[in-house]
Amino acid sequence: MTPPLTRPPKKNPVPRTRRPTVPPSTRSRVALGLTAAAAEGRFALQKCDRCGNVQYPAQEMCRACLSEQVRWATVSQRGHLLSDTTLHHSNELFFRERLPWRLGLVQLDCGPTVIAHVHDDCRSNSAVRVTAKLDRSGQAVMIALPEHDTPHMSDEKRYREFVCDPKFRRVLVTDGKSAVGQALVHALVAAGTSMVFVGVAEPWKRATGFQSVAALPQVQVMPLDVTDTDSLLEVAGEVGSKIDILINSADHNRTSAVLEKRDVNTAHDEIEVNYLGLLRLAQIFGPIMRGRGADGQNSACAWVNLLSIYALTNFPAFGSWAASKAAAYSASQCLRAEMREAGIRVVNVFPGPIEDEWHQLILPPKLTPAALAAAVIGALKDGVEDVFPGAVAQDLIARWRECPKTVERELALER
Amino acid sequence: MRKPYHDVVAAVPVTIPYVRYSTRSAHWWIARALEALLQESGFSKDTIDGFCVSSFTLAPDTAVGLAQQLGVSPRWLDHIPMGGACGLVALRRAARAVQAGDADVVACIAGDTNHIDTFRLNLGSFSQFARDATYPYGAGGPNATFALLTSYYMREYGFSREDFGKLCLAFRENALKFSGALMTRPLTMDEYLGSRVICEPLGLYDCVMPCAGADAFLVLGRERAEDAGIPYARILGTIERTNAFPEDPIQARGGWARDCAELYAMSGLGPDDMDFVQLYDDYPVVVVQQLEDCGFCPKGECRDFVRQHTFEAGGSFPINTSGGQLSVGQAGAAGGYLGLVEAIRQLSGRPHGAAVDDAAAGFVSGFGMVSYDRGLCTSAAILASGSA
Repeated sequence: MTPPLTRPPKKNPVPRTRRPTVPPSTRSRVALGLTAAAAEGRFALQKCDRCGNVQYPAQEMCRACLSEQVRWATVSQRGHLLSDTTLHHSNELFFRERLPWRLGLVQLDCGPTVIAHVHDDCRSNSAVRVTAKLDRSGQAVMIALPEHDTPHMSDEKRYREFVCDPKFRRVLVTDGKSAVGQALVHALVAAGTSMVFVGVAEPWKRATGFQSVAALPQVQVMPLDVTDTDSLLEVAGEVGSKIDILINSADHNRTSAVLEKRDVNTAHDEIEVNYLGLLRLAQIFGPIMRGRGADGQNSACAWVNLLSIYALTNFPAFGSWAASKAAAYSASQCLRAEMREAGIRVVNVFPGPIEDEWHQLILPPKLTPAALAAAVIGALKDGVEDVFPGAVAQDLIARWRECPKTVERELALER
Repeated sequence: MRKPYHDVVAAVPVTIPYVRYSTRSAHWWIARALEALLQESGFSKDTIDGFCVSSFTLAPDTAVGLAQQLGVSPRWLDHIPMGGACGLVALRRAARAVQAGDADVVACIAGDTNHIDTFRLNLGSFSQFARDATYPYGAGGPNATFALLTSYYMREYGFSREDFGKLCLAFRENALKFSGALMTRPLTMDEYLGSRVICEPLGLYDCVMPCAGADAFLVLGRERAEDAGIPYARILGTIERTNAFPEDPIQARGGWARDCAELYAMSGLGPDDMDFVQLYDDYPVVVVQQLEDCGFCPKGECRDFVRQHTFEAGGSFPINTSGGQLSVGQAGAAGGYLGLVEAIRQLSGRPHGAAVDDAAAGFVSGFGMVSYDRGLCTSAAILASGSA
């Protein structure tokens, strides 16, 4: 059984910080279906529409009936660990640096046999659950987990390489004053973070509830404004090399459609915070975090962007804001590609309307800040990359995947 | 009933001594092998009208580009990508070509180079499935696949590490008499058991050493060989199979289990008639599997078989008389030739190392291409001495 994780000791500054390496990331195009599902925390294998055969590894035709109608479908994760082994040698640097490493052969109840990473708590020749998770290269791999949860199973050293569990990690929340920011800090502390650096813009403006956040022993409040490069440099200089997870909660939303304004001032402010703010953060904190992708037990591991489901399709009631979120979304994909080299996951969160003052006139259901914070923590613990929290986001993403044009028209009517 | 290989023979066994690392290309190794074939047969290049090649490191060339480099103009050409099964497949295809008159003298050659980084680079691009579903998991090639199979055998059939070690020690003993072997010191059971763990339960001496080298032989008409005064081995039967038993969740049996009855029927001989066997030995568990699936002992009883017999060239059941890949080295596709070439040596009366006395018939099998979770290609042949 996995022993509980202990708080890591202070870093010894003398040895060279290990350079990050990642597992082999090359995949054929058809294999990326596994990654696409795992990025959202789903376990999907190819299933033939014609004969029902489930197959793995992925290929472009059904192995049984040769049909081309093979689709990624959610299938049973149950299986039997037929055999397992522990590597004491690898030709790949990532694994060499982490040996010994356990692998196994699992026969899934749905048919195929898969090679999988094997959690320490799995017993040989017994029932297991197989899941697909993104590894540090950003590609999906199979992992065999014990049939039932075991105490402290998420503390296992190798398992922590696949997820971004905030336990004993240090986090920067770029805006801790908003309702969402405050909820995030409370949730992070509850999840076992050892330190939360909480950014506060315009500290002279007091925010309701913030005092209870600032009073938490794990919290260090820091003046931080994503529109002010100097403030970011100051924070980076002071605590940049201690940030394992960065959550960009800074947001500027002044509900308006394009034609409601006679100037671009509002749009400019939204772009300043929501898009350029992200770029400034990325350029200042990104390289520091990339250098710490393999920095001992608590290396830098994740960058979280709070976007919006309307980053995918514009909602005219929030027209100009949605445009800034779309810009941020696009930039986040670039950042994701750049951070992946160091094994750092960029997590994008796409909520629907949030229960706060800027969504006052929107009809329910709305996502509470606490529910949004829980979704962020859940994403980090599960190691997923794209999150659509709440009923509205789930509904919209499903419709958008079916037909983006339909969603564009429907959102225009909701205005 | 399959047509027998009457009047077609295998001859001129050639092994170009292996080296751990080579600065040369696969082309160089294959050229050395062709030169040796010509020297030992006395044939000129023009006589070779059939040409068959196997190699993992020939890219971007194939047998076609190689023909230009070697200055040969074959009227029959083949390039067999079946790894450890390629030697026997080359033999049976070339034999049919000669029998049908499509070629008179076929040079069959397997050769590979091994630069410092060759093995690692080949692992990642071995197959689509390897790239997508095994290489990203960190195992150094087939080590993990056969570690999984070995631990399965230990659990299901009661094998101990010593049982596998006994095979490795015997092959090493044979290799000591074979000048081409990379391993030149005797191996003790203590050394075997105490060796560095590579991939549990496999230790260092359970895993082949990748190296550079080439092996080759000729396939030609019996009369042609006799006219030229070339000793030869006769071909009594052959089989090949790709992707046998895809429904098995773990590869607890290989394709031989499906085809061996046919091989013995075609040959008119049984397992007890073999004076030696040359089995594919990238890992000892694969040897065990061939002993079972090729009918030398019943499935599940190989542990006792291993405990009862001795496997040195002079032992009760000689296996891999030149040392096998575990002791000679695995020169890429040449690993699929090593046993066959040794069988031809023994049966044509010119053993290079340890000799099996009065060898009249021998069994050879091949196994190759771990594309995902198992080896896909199996092959086997029964050969007999020229004079029998």
